[in-house]
Amino acid sequence: MAVMQLREAINLTLREEMDRDPTVMLLGEDIVGGMGTAGGPEAIGGIWKTSEGLFDRFGAGRVIDTPISESAIIGAAAGAALTGKRPVAEIMFADFVGVCMDQIWNQIAKFRYMFGGKSRCPVVIRVAYGAGRNAGPQHSQAVYGLMTAIPGLKIVVPSSPAEAKGLLTTAIRDDDPVLFFEPKALYAMREEVPAGEYLIPFGHARTVREGHDVTIVTIGQLVATAAKAADALANEGISCDVIDLRTTSPLDEEAILDSVELTGRLIVLDENGPRCGLAADIAALVGEKAFSALRAPVKMITPPHTPVPFAVELERAYLPQVDTVEQAVRALLAFREGDPR
Amino acid sequence: MQLSREQMLQAYRQMKIIREFEERLHEEIQKGEIAGFTHLYSGQEAVAVGVCEHLTDGDTIISTHRGHGHCIAKGCDVKGMMREIYGSAEGLCKGKGGSMHIADVDKGMLGANGIVGAGAPIAVGAALSAKLDGQGRVSIAFSGDGACNQGTTFEAMNLAVVTKAPCIFLFENNHYSEHTGVDYAVGTASDIAGRAEAFGMKVWRGNGSDFFETYEVMREVLEHVRAGNGPAAVELDTERFFGHFEGDPQRYRGKGELDRLRAERDCLVAFRSKVTEAGLIEAGMLDDVDAEVLKLIDDAVAEARAAPRAKPEDVLTDVYINA
Ligand SMILES: Cc1ncc(C[n+]2csc(CCOP(=O)(O)OP(=O)(O)O)c2C)c(N)n1
Ligand SMILES: [Mg+2]
Repeated sequence: MAVMQLREAINLTLREEMDRDPTVMLLGEDIVGGMGTAGGPEAIGGIWKTSEGLFDRFGAGRVIDTPISESAIIGAAAGAALTGKRPVAEIMFADFVGVCMDQIWNQIAKFRYMFGGKSRCPVVIRVAYGAGRNAGPQHSQAVYGLMTAIPGLKIVVPSSPAEAKGLLTTAIRDDDPVLFFEPKALYAMREEVPAGEYLIPFGHARTVREGHDVTIVTIGQLVATAAKAADALANEGISCDVIDLRTTSPLDEEAILDSVELTGRLIVLDENGPRCGLAADIAALVGEKAFSALRAPVKMITPPHTPVPFAVELERAYLPQVDTVEQAVRALLAFREGDPR
Repeated sequence: MQLSREQMLQAYRQMKIIREFEERLHEEIQKGEIAGFTHLYSGQEAVAVGVCEHLTDGDTIISTHRGHGHCIAKGCDVKGMMREIYGSAEGLCKGKGGSMHIADVDKGMLGANGIVGAGAPIAVGAALSAKLDGQGRVSIAFSGDGACNQGTTFEAMNLAVVTKAPCIFLFENNHYSEHTGVDYAVGTASDIAGRAEAFGMKVWRGNGSDFFETYEVMREVLEHVRAGNGPAAVELDTERFFGHFEGDPQRYRGKGELDRLRAERDCLVAFRSKVTEAGLIEAGMLDDVDAEVLKLIDDAVAEARAAPRAKPEDVLTDVYINA
């Protein structure tokens, strides 16, 4: 065990997996940094510092600093994966997935199905996502909700350094394509991270707080928001069951349904929009499979159906906040308060 | 060089506004007053101004993440820009976009852009629109040496050639894309114009740290494109004086590199010595412009600080025209 930042946990995981498996290789813009400059390679080590030291250790054959060409990065990762490598490609901001959408959506996601199960494309695409840094409409989006709609992709969203290590290790060893969404507002978050081999299986949610009054299903950087709300409400004698989904595809339906059976009340707290997104997806799941357990309407807490704005006040209004979650929990508990339990 | 004294003073003023806008932002950002990512244009002023001094509001440009200079040169309101960067409700884009998305379509400024390589195809569309109108208007895509590697840029160049669109691909080669050197990232030995030429358009190259050279090159380019000869490309060699973004430690720079660039490649210094030595403008007049610009920027910052902040409910507006 060692205490480290999220960015360090990712760096460590990449190093350990590259040490273990010579087919693991990295591609991305500025993941080395300083190529072709007086400062020389490794002047940066990735703009998020997640690939620091890896060029020195593994060389230019396995740590490939690319020009600004997202389609070529993901296409090249696909080709390397189809021919036996395990590429980990970095797309600097999740928003830039838009630039290489075809390679992800029509190529990587579909190969295995189209080829009748006769191919493997074990690509990991790491992206930094999320609002909270006033980076504006093209550098702040959550995106994983959109990608969850694509069959053939696995979608992973860690919420802390230890989670990132366990989930990224699993992602790299998985034989299917994985999109790995790193909450960029949490790169400096510190936590104890298990030493040595550490894998967290996909499709197994984590209970962050145990409770019996209201279920809060969430993921990624909003896990901390839900936990804070739950802790504040605990002082009022209200207990929340906070579930970190960890992966949206595969989705741990059982964890969600079991919790709602217990609490009868559901909040889905997500950073994607309210339309055709993860929150609506989970609300529908519970409406379909746990209807009789519900004692109050399902509550979705998401940003509004707008782009992510720049100004501090606007972004704060956009991103779900702790007090919004607290109010929603109280409102659900107040719904038909007189009804028998 | 047929520039009048008024034109020269105007060009100098525009370059100076850009320079002081950026130098001041560099200071204000360090005070922690400005949120988000900011990419400064200091060092490249002669490009934006050498290009835009030839344009009217009917001509369009599209910019990049490093957009302040292009916005100012194309006539965006400097105070409105400052308010935008401070996140005011009265910013040029109501605080919705910030530094990376400043736009003023009425001035023919189709936006700074956070997606590297997104601009070139949009410029082709504006050029085709101008071609349809038949009034000799043009569209210009500013791109960096890094953006020239995006597939979108290649597609746009070919589309412009086959449609004879009055579009200019203007490559500002400042030798870096983020932390990577152009010699590494651009395979054609850092020759960007050569790529454009291979697509079948006429190209120009020039020293983008020299206003007069840039202005002259652009006069020729615009004559060519406005005459209906289809697209053209220009590669201008220039320098950025700050980091890629504010906060960049710039470990990729050589020792003393920034001092050398500021000493040897400053377009404002070059402009001043050229016009004063040739007796075209007295130093005192340039000093007056400097003072006037400093006051403008002081006022812009003071007003931006005092301007009304964006209101939370504004997050919902301007998504659609008719919701
Ligand atoms: C599609 C996309 N990929 C990557 C980035 C991140 N990024 C922002 S600016 C930049 C470098 C651009 O270099 P260049 O085109 O030379 O412009 P300069 O910064 O030198 O003005 C990169 C990689 C981005 N904004 N958009
Ligand atoms: Mg550049």
